[in-house]
Amino acid sequence: MTVMSTPLVATRNLTVRYGAATVLHDVDLYVNAGEIVTIVGPNGSGKSTLLTAILGGVALAGGTIERAPDLRIGYVPQRLVLDPTLPMNVERFLSLPRRVPAAKAREALERAGVPEIGKRQMSALSGGQFQRALLARAILEEPDLLILDEATAGLDQPGAAAFYRRIEEVRSETGCGVLMISHDLHVVMSTSDRVICLNGHVCCEGTPEVVANAPDYRRLFGEGTRGALALYRHTHDHSHTHDHAQDAAE
Amino acid sequence: MLDDFMTRAALAGIGTGLAAAPLGCFVVWRRMAYFGDATAHAAILGVALSLAFSLPVFAGAMIVALIMATIVSTISGRGYAMDTLLGVMAHSALAFGLVGVTFIPGVRIDLMAYLFGDILSVSRGDLAVIWGGAALVIALIGWRWNALLTSTLNEGLARAAGIDPKREQLVLTLALAVVVAVAIKVVGVLLITALLIIPAATVRPFAATPERMGLMAALVAMVSAWAGLRASYEFDTPTGPTIVCVTALLFCLSTAMAGLRRAA
Repeated sequence: MTVMSTPLVATRNLTVRYGAATVLHDVDLYVNAGEIVTIVGPNGSGKSTLLTAILGGVALAGGTIERAPDLRIGYVPQRLVLDPTLPMNVERFLSLPRRVPAAKAREALERAGVPEIGKRQMSALSGGQFQRALLARAILEEPDLLILDEATAGLDQPGAAAFYRRIEEVRSETGCGVLMISHDLHVVMSTSDRVICLNGHVCCEGTPEVVANAPDYRRLFGEGTRGALALYRHTHDHSHTHDHAQDAAE
Repeated sequence: MLDDFMTRAALAGIGTGLAAAPLGCFVVWRRMAYFGDATAHAAILGVALSLAFSLPVFAGAMIVALIMATIVSTISGRGYAMDTLLGVMAHSALAFGLVGVTFIPGVRIDLMAYLFGDILSVSRGDLAVIWGGAALVIALIGWRWNALLTSTLNEGLARAAGIDPKREQLVLTLALAVVVAVAIKVVGVLLITALLIIPAATVRPFAATPERMGLMAALVAMVSAWAGLRASYEFDTPTGPTIVCVTALLFCLSTAMAGLRRAA
């Protein structure tokens, strides 16, 4: 992993407003190939908005987003709500939007750790299987950058830990960069190369150890636990002002 | 062969069903039923304007439906109370259309023909418009099928794959306006949404993939059109509503069969 190489994606002074509310301001962020970068932050801190902006779904009020040329992105959404009227088995889902050969689909399911679910309806999967099906689809196109938005929400702790181990394996097998949002802080601490603590802006960033000891991070996530058991309460006792809108950022 | 009004009616019904059913799947999957209603009801305003300016009814209905659909899909991204707003727009458009028609001097038009369809009076020209519109809609939906499905599932997934969900929404909007314009003659503005939704809902329990659901819905819509036409001839009932009745009966049958299968 070379920090000097051209990043897969880089934002500079990224600013997003929803109406009068500034959700993100002056966010500088980059992800290199082969690197796992995790965004942590309290609810309403603009994490999901940041990912949506990187995917190109938000009008920027300021700043730039640079992507490497021909960047292939694999995306795992936080929650995919499948309307009950939409029939969709796993094999068909993997072929969206581009049809993939059956052998390749099987291989992706194996790599995601769920080789047996190809014929099943998406709606019949357990939470863990569902997220792995999403992961299988995301890695099918051999992405340069894998983006995950709280992909383990709704999984229990062993499930989440296993899921992140899978991500690490995918990273080392393919050399892709990974940008993810996570609420599982201690898992984050063990798998991430870099952690970015976000609260409308980048509060602090660095290796997990550096961030865990940073005063800003500890103000956001609590002192006594050293961040390992974070309380998702936004404490208003720190120096900078935030005028982001809780609702708008969700 | 086209000299027979029953043959023309059957072809009109089959063509409309063929276009409406696959589009109707998206209307169902994306929960756009009210959106369909608003678009269809607006078309009566288009009929009034066409008659006032001596334009073809198809053109007027399609333009106003398109305007309505665009307004609605622009609003829908803003997170208002959508069902209320759509209800307001659907029924206001209908009311203004009905009132508007009475202002047209010198023409006494049969409003019932536009509200409930007048499939037995389909001319060769109408047939050409219906099948032309159906071909356009099928080509459009077929071309964008995977992109539409992906953005229906999740907008983020679509964007990550380089698909613009807004553009796909526009494709559906356009297709909906064409189907509305085409279906006025067949079932009328009040029952167009039924033609979109009921075939899709009927085949849902028996479809394992979205493609199969689209094909089966088209089949149900075509069978309903033909059977409804025969039944209305047999029992001397209004044709458009009879077609919808047949679809509704098929829906009941399919729901019962799905229930039995689950119980077995």
